[in-house]
Amino acid sequence: MFSPRRRQLLQFAAATPLAAAFASVPRPARAAFPKPELPLKVGYVYVSPIGDAGWTYQHDLGRKAVEASFGDKVMIKVIESVSEGADAERVIREFASSGYGLVFATSFGYMNPLLRVAKQFPKGIFEHATGYRQAPNVGIYAARYYEARYLTGILAGRMSKSGVAGYVAAFPIPEVVMGINAFMLGMKSVNPQAQVKVIWVNAWFDPGKEREAAATLVAQGADVLTQHTDSTAVVQTAEDKGAYAIGYHSDMSKYGPKAHLSAATHHWEGYYRRVVQQVLDGSWAPDNVWGGIKDGMVGLAPLHPAVPAEVGALVATKKQDIIDGRLLPFQGPLFDQAGRQVIGAGAKLTDDELLKMNYYVEGVVGQMPK
Amino acid sequence: MFTLEARTLPSVRAMWLAPLAALLLTLLGGSVLFAAFGHAPLQALSVYFLQPLASVYGIGEWLLKATPLAVCGLGLALGFRAKVWNIGADGQFTLGAICAGGLAIACDGFIDAESLWIAPAMALAGIAGGMMWAALPAWLRTRYGSSEILSSLMLAYVAPLLLGWLVNGPWRDPAGFNFPQSIQFADAALLAPLHEGARVTLAFPVALVLAGLLCFVQRYTYAGFRLQVSGEAPLAARHAGYSQRAAVWIAMLTGGACAGFAGYAEVAGPLGQLQPSVSPGYGFTAIIVAFVGRLDPRGVVLAALLLSLLALGGEAAQMTLDLPAAISGVFQGGLLCALLACDTFVHYRLRRVYRKPAAHTS
Amino acid sequence: MSLSGWLPILAGVLAAATPLLIAALGELIAEKSGVLNLGVEGMMLVGALTAFAVASGGAGYAAGALAGALAGVGLAALFAWLTLNCLASQVACGLAITMLGSGLSAYAGRDYVSRTLDGMALIPLGGGFGFDPLIVTGLLLTVLVWYFLQRSRAGLVLRAVGESPATAHALGLPVRCIRWAAVLFGGACAGLAGAYLAIDYTPMWVEGLSAGRGWIALALVVFAGWRPGRTLLGAWLYGGVGILQFHAQALGIAVPAQFLGMLPYLATIVVLTLIARDPLTQRRHTPASLGQPWHPHA
Repeated sequence: MFSPRRRQLLQFAAATPLAAAFASVPRPARAAFPKPELPLKVGYVYVSPIGDAGWTYQHDLGRKAVEASFGDKVMIKVIESVSEGADAERVIREFASSGYGLVFATSFGYMNPLLRVAKQFPKGIFEHATGYRQAPNVGIYAARYYEARYLTGILAGRMSKSGVAGYVAAFPIPEVVMGINAFMLGMKSVNPQAQVKVIWVNAWFDPGKEREAAATLVAQGADVLTQHTDSTAVVQTAEDKGAYAIGYHSDMSKYGPKAHLSAATHHWEGYYRRVVQQVLDGSWAPDNVWGGIKDGMVGLAPLHPAVPAEVGALVATKKQDIIDGRLLPFQGPLFDQAGRQVIGAGAKLTDDELLKMNYYVEGVVGQMPK
Repeated sequence: MFTLEARTLPSVRAMWLAPLAALLLTLLGGSVLFAAFGHAPLQALSVYFLQPLASVYGIGEWLLKATPLAVCGLGLALGFRAKVWNIGADGQFTLGAICAGGLAIACDGFIDAESLWIAPAMALAGIAGGMMWAALPAWLRTRYGSSEILSSLMLAYVAPLLLGWLVNGPWRDPAGFNFPQSIQFADAALLAPLHEGARVTLAFPVALVLAGLLCFVQRYTYAGFRLQVSGEAPLAARHAGYSQRAAVWIAMLTGGACAGFAGYAEVAGPLGQLQPSVSPGYGFTAIIVAFVGRLDPRGVVLAALLLSLLALGGEAAQMTLDLPAAISGVFQGGLLCALLACDTFVHYRLRRVYRKPAAHTS
Repeated sequence: MSLSGWLPILAGVLAAATPLLIAALGELIAEKSGVLNLGVEGMMLVGALTAFAVASGGAGYAAGALAGALAGVGLAALFAWLTLNCLASQVACGLAITMLGSGLSAYAGRDYVSRTLDGMALIPLGGGFGFDPLIVTGLLLTVLVWYFLQRSRAGLVLRAVGESPATAHALGLPVRCIRWAAVLFGGACAGLAGAYLAIDYTPMWVEGLSAGRGWIALALVVFAGWRPGRTLLGAWLYGGVGILQFHAQALGIAVPAQFLGMLPYLATIVVLTLIARDPLTQRRHTPASLGQPWHPHA
């Protein structure tokens, strides 16, 4: 309340050793979660206010899609601005004990509280976004945002005249670093000389600082900006300064009618509908989902009309390549910032290596805070 | 035209009536607010104030949330009585969490279920941490005369940055995929819940004992008397040879120790690990708690329970009535302003002032 | 670096310093009268929302800025009534006001988060240069506050009230009225600072827009030793450190972010200590009755 900071979500998932260790609890038989009584009560726990764009807004779009698809069969409640401390456990438990059969907790910091509640309510079903620990009644889900980041990198590489892009980032956790690196690699794939300058603002949300960082990047020669923070300030700054912008989380074209080339967007609608359907059918089992563009969990916002058709076609081709598995953003040979080879030609980074990523790839300017 | 006139003695009647009047005002204001949202006011108010306490778990949560507010508020109230304005309890709370948590992390390798010493050791570390963070403003005040209001406030902003650095760097969980949080503490390092299934820990009864102790100190001990005199009549205190420096040190260190203990109880209780932020502003809310509780230990405990209930009520209102989270902020802020305003009548009475007494004799 | 390289940096520092400067000048006046108002953050938020609502409603930027300042005055009036008339604790009321302001703005602002607004236009000076009216307002305000405190009779009265309300009262000065005026001025400044953030700097409205700037403004007043000129320097320094560390980062220089973040607060403590060490400076600049309630019949 008085804190100038606001912590938010982080990201994670996939077949990691730790997750595997927890998942190795023998999977329950399908009948472990019988068909629920109707309406199924579904609770959503958000880390910030819903707002008009950003991480929580995208989750709320997913929530609305569930409401629209299932109508009377579900009854949904939302609690927003739940801090990632002692309050989270109470809110999640409150849902579980008031007969909510399914709870979505949409921020990394809810991981341990959620697991404690899940243990006390073995009949409840819990879904945790971006964590790495599972349980017999806890599924985890996240998306391969880096796939869309790679594509927006291509877009930036082709649209930038200076070959320098600016990246405003919040905290150096692997999800953010992965995004920066994927963006860099995408940019490099069309312009070997490209650079990405990174500024860490040390806040998920501080529109003033985000703006200052964006303006700094423009002053230092960046003509395409993107961000991994939670406001639209960077897109608005690009609009003001006559630079291009690439949004994140949501389609932010409204905030930069001239600047907004596209955005790497999150889409939870399909996933939430699928999980709710499974729960209604009595077929839900804990899973570990790390979906990409192919699964419809990550996407690109419509391209700006100023993007030449030929560039649009290139992005579309690469997107199809990613969907078909022909293109992996983190494909060898891969070099880190200092020029050391991370993996050789033909090799690829495993999911596990991706999820722990804490180095920049070649071309990124700046030093990662330790 | 009315004016306030100081009472020679605090009015006992006003003492009871003031909070009731404030509550009534807020309930009225709240009813209007809820009615504006299309909710039956009575039902909304019952959701706000009664629903959170409808279960044993709910009561446990109520006490759990009140614990850090009460413990911090008790320490602050003692200082405020001596007119020592420690408003950096949030930083002292965080330092307590850092020191207690650091000990748990350092000892993680060699404690097991038998290590009964770890819990008291952590509590002491937390208290020491809080005292250390409070000692700095106390030293600056007694040595250089710089205002403790401002230096303690500044330190309250430094502490979370220190914690942020620790959990991002040296104390980051090696198996935690580079997320900024520490390992989860071993079971022996955690405070056990008071009741199966609830989360409220031993820290709540400790808060009650602390309140009793402070009541005793304030009423029956010479030290308590001296503190009060140096607050209410600094000249008399100086005349009597009571040391102003000692008062500052005692007040600051008590405040720091309490906040540090609360920080310990939070990380060893509901959190179970260190994370980039351990306090959602407990130390600041505790200042309001101390004043709403009229700087009396019993009042502080009641005020902490009230504020904790308001926070829980806000969540219940979101879940049951679809009221936005922001409405709770308005409601809480309003109640606090009403309480602070109504308390005026404990020490002052309204008196009618006649501009021209001669012309208005009745 | 050439002049053209430094210009954007200077402009950035000026802009980043403005909300801190305006809010701090207001708080400085309030504190000089002996009232410590910790509600700056709340008043900024309410001012920001009101300004944004008015400006995005089509009433224009000037009306927006004015409305923001008035909203700050409104909340400050509640604070003044509680602390000056009801004699409640200034510290507790300030915190309660921040709570109320954050809640009110978050609640009333829910329909405004999706609106967009172009930033305020610069007033052209010719040659491609121009100036931002609110940034200039901040600079003018510094001069005005300096003149008021150091050169005007009214300023002397205000300082006297902050030094010793009892003496001022004995001299027949309307202590409470003067403190009311000082607090309301502080509220207007905080509201204007919020307005600058919402309609000029970012420009947008979101919950928690000020992100702690109100608290920094409070620190700044002390850092400046209650002197307007130093407040300006301090605001530039605070703004400048932020902007320069971003430039350093983009040039590839490692910046220890957490320690840099501590710097303003630690620096304030150091300055506070330095002022306090010299009794003469302290007596000359620190309002002696700061934070203490006062009542003629008490």
